[in-house]
Amino acid sequence: MATIDTQHSKLPGTGDEKVSYWQKYKHGHHWRNADDEFDAAKIGIWLFLATEVLLFSGMFCAYALFRLMYPESIAAGSSYLDWRWGGLNTVVLLISSFTMAMAIRNVQLNQQFWARINLLITFFCAAGFLAIKLIFEYIPKWGQGKRPGALFNYPFAETSHESVWWGIYYVSTGIHATHVIGGMVLIAWLLVRQHKRHFGPTHYTMMEGVGLYWHIVDLVWIFLFPLLYLVH
Amino acid sequence: MTTVDNNLDKLAGHGHHDEGSYLTPKYGPIGTVWDWMTTVDHKKIGVMYMFAVLFMFFLGGFAAIALRIELLEPARIIDGELTGAALKYFPGGGGENASIASAGNAYNRIMTMHGAIMVFMFIVPGIPASLGNFFLPLMLGAKDVAFPRLNLASWYVYVFGSMFGVLSIFMGGVDTGWTFYTPYSTTTAGQPQVIAMVLAAFILGFSSIFTGLNFIVTTHKLRAPGMGWFDMPLFIWAIYSTSIIQVLATPVIGITLLLLIFERVLQIGIFDPGLGGDPVLFQHFFWFYSHPVVYVMILPAMGIISEVLAVHCRKRIFGYRAIAFSSLAIAAISFLVWGHHMFTSQGELGAMIFSFLTFFVAIPTAVKVFNWIATLYKGSITFTTPMLYTFAFLFLFSIGGLTGLPLGALSTDLHLHDSYFVVAHFHYVMFGGTVIALLAGLHHWWPKFFGRMYHENGARLGCLLVFVGFNVTFFTQFFLGTQGMPRRYASYVDEFQIYHVISSIGSFTLAFGFVVHLIVFLHSMFLGEKATQNPWGGLTLEWETDTPPIEHNFHGDPVLTHGPYDFDEVVPPGWDPKDYPLPEPAPEGSKH
Repeated sequence: MATIDTQHSKLPGTGDEKVSYWQKYKHGHHWRNADDEFDAAKIGIWLFLATEVLLFSGMFCAYALFRLMYPESIAAGSSYLDWRWGGLNTVVLLISSFTMAMAIRNVQLNQQFWARINLLITFFCAAGFLAIKLIFEYIPKWGQGKRPGALFNYPFAETSHESVWWGIYYVSTGIHATHVIGGMVLIAWLLVRQHKRHFGPTHYTMMEGVGLYWHIVDLVWIFLFPLLYLVH
Repeated sequence: MTTVDNNLDKLAGHGHHDEGSYLTPKYGPIGTVWDWMTTVDHKKIGVMYMFAVLFMFFLGGFAAIALRIELLEPARIIDGELTGAALKYFPGGGGENASIASAGNAYNRIMTMHGAIMVFMFIVPGIPASLGNFFLPLMLGAKDVAFPRLNLASWYVYVFGSMFGVLSIFMGGVDTGWTFYTPYSTTTAGQPQVIAMVLAAFILGFSSIFTGLNFIVTTHKLRAPGMGWFDMPLFIWAIYSTSIIQVLATPVIGITLLLLIFERVLQIGIFDPGLGGDPVLFQHFFWFYSHPVVYVMILPAMGIISEVLAVHCRKRIFGYRAIAFSSLAIAAISFLVWGHHMFTSQGELGAMIFSFLTFFVAIPTAVKVFNWIATLYKGSITFTTPMLYTFAFLFLFSIGGLTGLPLGALSTDLHLHDSYFVVAHFHYVMFGGTVIALLAGLHHWWPKFFGRMYHENGARLGCLLVFVGFNVTFFTQFFLGTQGMPRRYASYVDEFQIYHVISSIGSFTLAFGFVVHLIVFLHSMFLGEKATQNPWGGLTLEWETDTPPIEHNFHGDPVLTHGPYDFDEVVPPGWDPKDYPLPEPAPEGSKH
């Protein structure tokens, strides 16, 4: 990270009072240098991503088991979902992943304006994902009685265990949506810090970390979408 | 000039000018409390963890003694009078109008309280979060853990989660057992406190992940210059292996407990067979976490034993690499054996495979034990309290490990499972292993913690009481188990009473031993003689800084000049390694 050319930025100690936070950022007192600190943060984030994968793997295990136990209920439940909304949301998330990666690149090149634009697009894509999920999927289905477990009262159910299907659907997409909300909070926090010029070519650890997190949120949806919407 | 803003100042500013002990208060009383509450210093967080964890141990131990009092006498109705129900005044026990059922209800709640507190709030965070937090950076020669604020967050999450656990007790207690097996845990009537307890375990998982993640990164990135992987003390290897398990296993219990809460609130039907769910799936999920976590409990204990043993018999540890790799091997195998907790609820082939895999854990474990025994050979053994506890560990843990073999074999397990034999087995491993090692570590590092020595003979007396009390309590239970006493029961047939009485008397002795230790610790804190920098003559880096350590851990950057167990090379003959600092290392190849 420290290898990136910074000559086009104003350097600390030049008497310029507009020295940004990222320029004067040294590193935590317990680190020998900024590279070690950055590497450590990345190892930490990757370990955290491993815990996320394992969290969702429990959900995928439950899905696989119930597919084996009640294939016709899972197939029937899946047929209630409209692949077009799921597909649109997949596209929305993929765009947001791209703009997140671009925002990090912009910060590395000190293109602060474009970094902000890309972060904003990412933020609104996340909001759009949740809006589509809520308005076109959760609310209509809930209204028809397609609800999880004890709340299930869809009168036209044709198979025996559709309430279990809706349990799996709501819990897995709900946990994913919670992660999207968490991502929005993090991206908003990045926007505030980016506005204060906290990130630049020599210091963008938080951007990198949130970016990696956002990609895993995207990746989980990439697996949820075909399993829930496309497989019959 | 540029001024560093407050946010950075918190991490970058302290130390340097102030080289006092980390315990020296820098502000007034309120300021000092605030300083501790907002500290990012791993030493203070380790001490806070230690007090929190020991408090939970006290709560769980209180429950254990209550159980042993109840079991002194079987609950009976004689001439319309209820006898032997000592717990009837506890929540749910029925009080004056108690029946056998209501007294049993109180027993179930206290038993769950004992199990859940001891597992989730004491023994899992116990060693890594207290001793690990304090000594991992010191032993690595680092100024702090990799993510100091995450470390503090972990403590707060731990306290927050524990509060939910205690809250569930005040709400009337949980009677599911610490394993929360479905469908009982999802259907047991009118118990919002079940949700509180499950939520407690869920929240505590985060603190466990935070600690583990922090330690892995610290070990990778913050070793002192010159310290390669095989120059690390074995305690670090053990904590590192533990952390891997914590990070990889805990998320699975997270999703499991979340699904359990949804199951209870919304009846989503994933675990409840009445709704089409599969309760065995819960057991698989639960043990996929809870078996590896058994090694989260025991691996740090093994790390402590490796340190204490080498220092207190002044000898290079035998088979350093074998012990280091066996820690990693245990961590790896731990993920493959969860099915042995559910031999009877799966198919025969699955049970056979899991039984076969279970025996693999015995190999790295035995590698460690044999290496420790070999280290003792021709060592200059000192019978200090840490060393006495190490001997206790070797003795008790071997019994615990060997009694695991008949439980891992399908034919014998069919008769022994869910009996007191299992109870005795895991207490020999968890108490005889982890708690005994924690006590060894506490005494070994006590001078470094607080800068004062403890009263050696007082601590030896405590050690004797704990050792005798523990064996009387739990060895009896092997007999109870083989004769058919099932676990988790509040009452029993009359033939078992003599064993239960002996076991209860043992538990009172054990509790008395802890009171002696408490007195010794309190005495040491206020009246103990000042400890020197290196009272035992250890060669790991934590002994190369002041006692208690300065706020910034080391004066200058520590550079590694010798290995952690190079007693032969570094300490000249006739020289007491307590006389720190040691002379310059002997030239290459001049072994004594």
